[in-house]
Amino acid sequence: MAKQVMPKRRLEGIGLGVTGACVGLVALLVVTLIAMVVSRGLATFVQNGVDFGAFLTGTTWNPDQVNDAGQPLVGALPMICGSFAVTLLSTAFALPIAIGSAIFVVEIAPGFGRRVFQPLVELLVGIPSVVYGLIGLRVIVAFTRSLAGGTGYGIFSGSIVLAIMILPTVTSLSIDALAAVPNAYREGSYALGCTRWQTVWHVVLKSAMPSLMTAVIMGMTRAFGEALAVQMVVGNAAQVPTSLFTPAATLTSVLTMGMGNTVTGTLQNNVLWSLAMILLVMSLVFILIVHLIGKKGGKVND
Amino acid sequence: MTSSADASKASAGTPGGGSPFTGEAAARHASKLKSQDHVATGIITAIVALVMIILAAIVIYILVLGGGKLFDGHFLTAKAESVKAGGGIGPELFNSFYLLIITLIISVPISLGGAIFLAEYAPENAFTAAVKTAIETLSSLPSIVVGLFGLLLFVQQFGWGYSILSGALALTMFNIPILVRTIQQALEDVPRSQRDAGLALGLTRWETTTHVLLPAAMPAIVTGIVLSAGRVFGEAAALIYTAGQSAPALDFANFNLASASCPWNLMRPAETLAVHIWKINSEGLIPDLDAISNGSAAVLMVCILAFNLIARWAGKALGRRLTAE
Repeated sequence: MAKQVMPKRRLEGIGLGVTGACVGLVALLVVTLIAMVVSRGLATFVQNGVDFGAFLTGTTWNPDQVNDAGQPLVGALPMICGSFAVTLLSTAFALPIAIGSAIFVVEIAPGFGRRVFQPLVELLVGIPSVVYGLIGLRVIVAFTRSLAGGTGYGIFSGSIVLAIMILPTVTSLSIDALAAVPNAYREGSYALGCTRWQTVWHVVLKSAMPSLMTAVIMGMTRAFGEALAVQMVVGNAAQVPTSLFTPAATLTSVLTMGMGNTVTGTLQNNVLWSLAMILLVMSLVFILIVHLIGKKGGKVND
Repeated sequence: MTSSADASKASAGTPGGGSPFTGEAAARHASKLKSQDHVATGIITAIVALVMIILAAIVIYILVLGGGKLFDGHFLTAKAESVKAGGGIGPELFNSFYLLIITLIISVPISLGGAIFLAEYAPENAFTAAVKTAIETLSSLPSIVVGLFGLLLFVQQFGWGYSILSGALALTMFNIPILVRTIQQALEDVPRSQRDAGLALGLTRWETTTHVLLPAAMPAIVTGIVLSAGRVFGEAAALIYTAGQSAPALDFANFNLASASCPWNLMRPAETLAVHIWKINSEGLIPDLDAISNGSAAVLMVCILAFNLIARWAGKALGRRLTAE
């Protein structure tokens, strides 16, 4: 008997050990990632003595040059503004479409919505970002040019491309959010004589609000971090954007363009890692916000 | 917004002696609400139609422009040209598939282990909470950040240079959170009774998982893996600084694993199809840029669509076989 019990217990120990090692490895990689990128990003301020405040608020990005005081021109504000501008604008474009689609799938035509529309939207997730970038380069930049003149490259074009790219993420999460609203709420509303639109607007959307916020932030996270598609259409001019239709730059576009053209250990390379650090920290902030909303939403439902 | 406020005020006002909300006023209000409802439904249906038109337009645009190249043997097999016209995408296409396979070989076992841990063991302690947070964080990190980390650790620190191995490991990090989530979901969707039956028969949790749960969850797991393969196949941002942006010519008769022209060499740089599309468009050096990028995009799209179809079909076929037995 004892002979049988021992191997079983050992088998269980091995199972726990092996699977635990897998997740442990992933956790270790994530911690290493954050530590390495942050330590490289801080080199600009520690080794090269660039002032952190000046880096965040400086408006001139030209790491090869120094200003009159001998400080390198490494103002990151143009890229930070660019990143936030494309993120907010693309979310503004995508949000009404995503929520409208979710209402359609959950409230109006669940049969067609679930069987045909939702799989099609999920197909959009699978289209590679370079293909979106290519279409943006051909179609959307040309459209913007005919609309507003100029080159067509800029924040507006970038936002349209990003809006299409984040649409499936926001839509899928919004569908989940609306579907999670208990049916009793709808029935209660209908029993009071409300129309479907009143029910959707005053009851369903309102009670799904925390989950919808999560959906929006997840979309923003994706938009903020998207690199190649944006880089292809945003115009890559590192200046503080004054118009939606002039070339601009984002954190990701500068990283994509510059990382291969600089030598490791130089200031020009270090400031790129500082941009990567800002990108990383912003992504972590977005994740934190999602967490906080999740916790708050959980409390409300309790 | 105001209409319902009016309605509640009006109905509340009836017993209090205000204007009675009956007759013509009520009818007008009702018909206003009704038409509002119709307009909203119309707008939402129009939005859905717009989304479907956008999707159809994207797919048709890419397939129509580049479709001709899909059956062009020279294009599919020849080496890319850097400044001349008439190049192909042979090495890039091979690299994409090779990188995908290496990535799956590394990421599937790790994700499987991780998902089993989270679905079956996951004791309620700080370790579980920490790894859950870590995986969630990894899933939301931009792929360019993952690629830059690959540049720091694999390319520079480990000295592997721009190589298939560096690229595959970066893609693994990109792929693990997606796979863990789908596999964990698949395991949790297995009915509780099956798990209880295994445990009641005196099986350990490990035996229950490998002999009962994994087979039962297999259709969903396979679907998840193939769908993730589609994502990996089209990924470019994580690769430009790990697998590199150059594709040396490949010699399929060369089995010297240290040679740069050996297709199976893990340490050679390997530009994939997605990276190629990005690179030729940002460089703009080749004269037939439009034709080449259209063709490449069409090949990429057809592969992605195929992965989607295979995922659905394989899951269904496996499910049928498992339930029939």
